[in-house]
Amino acid sequence: MPFSSLSEIRSRLDAGETTAVEVAQLYLDRIAAHNDALNAFVHIDNAHVLAQAEASDKYRSEHDARPLEGLPIAVKDIFCTQDGPTRCCSKILKDFHAPYDAQVITHLKEAGAVLVGKTNMDEFAMGSSNETSAFGPCRNPWDTDTIPGGSSGGSAAAVAAALTPAALGTDTGGSIRQPASLTGITGLKPTYGRVSRRGIIAFASSLDQAGPMTRTVKDTAMITAAISGHDSGDATSVDNAPAVDWLGACDATDMKGLKIGRPKEYFIEGMDSEVRASVETALEKCKELGAEIVDISLPHTKYAVAAYYVIAPSEASANLSRYDSVRFGHRCDNPEDLLDMYTRSRDEGFGSEVKRRILTGAFALSSGYYDAYYLKAQQVRTLIQQDFIRAFETVDIIATPTSPVTAFKLGEKTDDPLTMYLSDIYTIAVNLAGLPGLSQPCGFANDMPVGLQWIAPAWREDSILSAASAYEAATDWTTRVPAQFGGES
Amino acid sequence: MSWETVIGLEVHCQINTKTKAFCGCSTEFGAEPNTQTCPVCLGMPGQLPVLNMVAVDKSILTGLAIGAKINLESKFDRKNYFYPDLPKGYQISQFAVPIVEGGHIDIPTKDGEKRLGVTRIHMEEDAGKSMHEGLDAVSHIDLNRSGVPLMEIVSEPDMRSADEAIAYLKQLHQLIRFLEVSGADMEKGQFRCDANVSVRRPGEPFGTRTELKNMNSFRFIKQAIEYEALRQIEVIEDGGEVIQESRLWDSVKNESRSMRSKEEAHDYRYFPEPDLPPLRVSQAEIDAIKAGMPELPGQLRKRFEVEFGLSPYDADVLSQTRLIAGWYESLVAAHPADPKRCANWLANELLGRLKEANLDIADSPVSAISLAGLLDRIADNTISGKIAKDVLDFMMSSSKDADAIIEEKGLKQVSDSGAIDTIIKEVMDANPDQVAGYRGGKDKLMGFFVGQVMKASKGQANPGMVNQRLKELLKG
Repeated sequence: MPFSSLSEIRSRLDAGETTAVEVAQLYLDRIAAHNDALNAFVHIDNAHVLAQAEASDKYRSEHDARPLEGLPIAVKDIFCTQDGPTRCCSKILKDFHAPYDAQVITHLKEAGAVLVGKTNMDEFAMGSSNETSAFGPCRNPWDTDTIPGGSSGGSAAAVAAALTPAALGTDTGGSIRQPASLTGITGLKPTYGRVSRRGIIAFASSLDQAGPMTRTVKDTAMITAAISGHDSGDATSVDNAPAVDWLGACDATDMKGLKIGRPKEYFIEGMDSEVRASVETALEKCKELGAEIVDISLPHTKYAVAAYYVIAPSEASANLSRYDSVRFGHRCDNPEDLLDMYTRSRDEGFGSEVKRRILTGAFALSSGYYDAYYLKAQQVRTLIQQDFIRAFETVDIIATPTSPVTAFKLGEKTDDPLTMYLSDIYTIAVNLAGLPGLSQPCGFANDMPVGLQWIAPAWREDSILSAASAYEAATDWTTRVPAQFGGES
Repeated sequence: MSWETVIGLEVHCQINTKTKAFCGCSTEFGAEPNTQTCPVCLGMPGQLPVLNMVAVDKSILTGLAIGAKINLESKFDRKNYFYPDLPKGYQISQFAVPIVEGGHIDIPTKDGEKRLGVTRIHMEEDAGKSMHEGLDAVSHIDLNRSGVPLMEIVSEPDMRSADEAIAYLKQLHQLIRFLEVSGADMEKGQFRCDANVSVRRPGEPFGTRTELKNMNSFRFIKQAIEYEALRQIEVIEDGGEVIQESRLWDSVKNESRSMRSKEEAHDYRYFPEPDLPPLRVSQAEIDAIKAGMPELPGQLRKRFEVEFGLSPYDADVLSQTRLIAGWYESLVAAHPADPKRCANWLANELLGRLKEANLDIADSPVSAISLAGLLDRIADNTISGKIAKDVLDFMMSSSKDADAIIEEKGLKQVSDSGAIDTIIKEVMDANPDQVAGYRGGKDKLMGFFVGQVMKASKGQANPGMVNQRLKELLKG
């Protein structure tokens, strides 16, 4: 049961074989047993979880079940929730309780989901290893000496170790897909504008997008269906986005006629050879399923990381200005004056990676440097978008590795931010172009999970879900369970 | 050699929307501090702005009224700086591409009209209010104003004297009130002005400018500009150089002082606001706004002069606001016989009384119809103009119409020649010396007799008849 998919749990609930309360208790027990080893959850309130489950059982007894009725879903600490703290795993928000729910939280509640708690993450979603969290690092269930990826590391580890059947993450430069890849689960970053950002603590507004992290492709579709949709309270959420038959798209069992682009820039020197082999094998499997593999080029890929590390920190430098200790958040003791209050509160409240990005962003936006950095990065962003548009003139979908490497050891890259930044080399361009991207497990390298990334044109999540469903049906990677957490009930 | 002052003005004008620029909070002035706030205008985590389209329409209307170009696509930017009354740590403004570009304001000068250029109008949000004075040693912040929509109207450096600057501001102020895009109440900070001032020898390039801030009345603006021009001339004539800086006007000491350079050394790090897509408006929307544009003050003034034969002064007074102009037209409609009398009674009598009572025309206890009723009684000689002023006083304090008051107070004009003759005879009997004097050729004494008769009749005698009968009877 713990490693069941959402849809399997849903079937058992519908059949009356179990109740939402039993399901919730099962995962609460697993969290109690394993969270110390993983540090995946930073907030859990058992009584509140059980109360939601009871309410769901009651609802089910009186009404038709809603799409996510009684299904436990954990959420990253970046989503504002009226219940419990919302801290973005930062000391600066250590006592913050949001008086509102993020729009996606409202959607989950309305769909009948049981919210399990808040998961660990890199502070303000800035990181690729979950090591910048103010609550300590989260660990990879496949090897607790390694990182789970980031920034949605807690959500990834929690799903991989079946402390919850599903979770929400956010993805600014790969923060859903990269940890999904490193922990052997499925994660989707929807098209920018598909999911409301309202109530999600902003990192880089033009890149941030929330999405599901699950055991299966269909589970991803179920959650995306529930959380997507226009929000009049988010001017960047798109009205009249093309509709998707979310669950129908998951019925695909082959890839007949599908043209898959294989960008040469994503299969390069320096990537882990076993990772490469896994992904190449996966592409062979796609061929067997009827797909045609087409070699393509996305020539500006090599500039994506540089452009991202100008644009994201620039936006972040402004987005994080509100943490000034005036209205909420950490304030230093006995400030001498206003400047002292600002500087000391922020110095004490923010971790070093967050500071590094604020400084980088403020610098890039400074008068005299704006044209050379921010403006240039935006031009590169346009070129990257055009690369994809051109590629999608000849192929339906693009397949790449999600990460050039498998999970690395804790502490291995913390002193080398540039190497750390390259963890997202395959995921960043998708955010810059605003496209949907999904990572699903496609094998193991060095005994650690490897992810296959699918990229589709804007609003074509259905193409991704179909391809990923067909691949999933033809392989058994989603049935693999990390040994240390797989034994019990 | 003479000096020339060069002035450019930046006006921050609060757009009179019901709700704030980016959230649903009320913009009502004067509420208890921090009661008109929400997570958006408090800058809470994860909160996002949604643009108030009423503010957009009013900015467009203002642009159209000054003959400007409306950008079909404009953009919002973030202006970054830290201050406790700026909750997000940045102000959403329009920097690179404002909604309105170009345009002009015409001002009257002794040499005729002068056209002053407007560079741009952009939309932005106001900050909250910091209060540093109080009983305790802490500062207080009121965020009711945080997120209130503003238009910043930036002029070209086209003004050459403080008087021209004031004329520009008055024209702009009137226009904005006319368009009903802002209350433009200076005391409430709804119309705030910064002035960029420099001096030069005529014909030379612009000198270094300083920016004058914190001037909240036309009088202070004039004083501040004149003071600043003289200060700069003095600096230059003493061999010094004007420093580009912001200066704060102190209306108590009547002087400006430099703001500390720390406050000055801002790099606002403007960049496009990623939470708001570019603002697109269609030509059809602009045309619809144009079609709904009211007659502008200048057009109205000219029409009043031509159509109703008003003096330029009366035409100006009656076109001050749309309400007054509308009131005047209603009055003329109800008393069409004499538009000039209407103008005179509205401009001089009613508005004067309202001002004394501290009332707006919208709250006038006397309606256009009832004022017309009073003017009808003057026209048909029921009462004199003088008595009519007394009647108007009564009308101001009661809800009765003119006829009721005339009846009740017995103010009806006496036009009965027999009754008038009786009074005249009494006056003549009481003043034999003056009668003799008049008959001896002192024509000027006529005024004395008129006054005495009117006084004896308590003002109710028909002045025309009094004159006519006096001439008759004094002949002897």
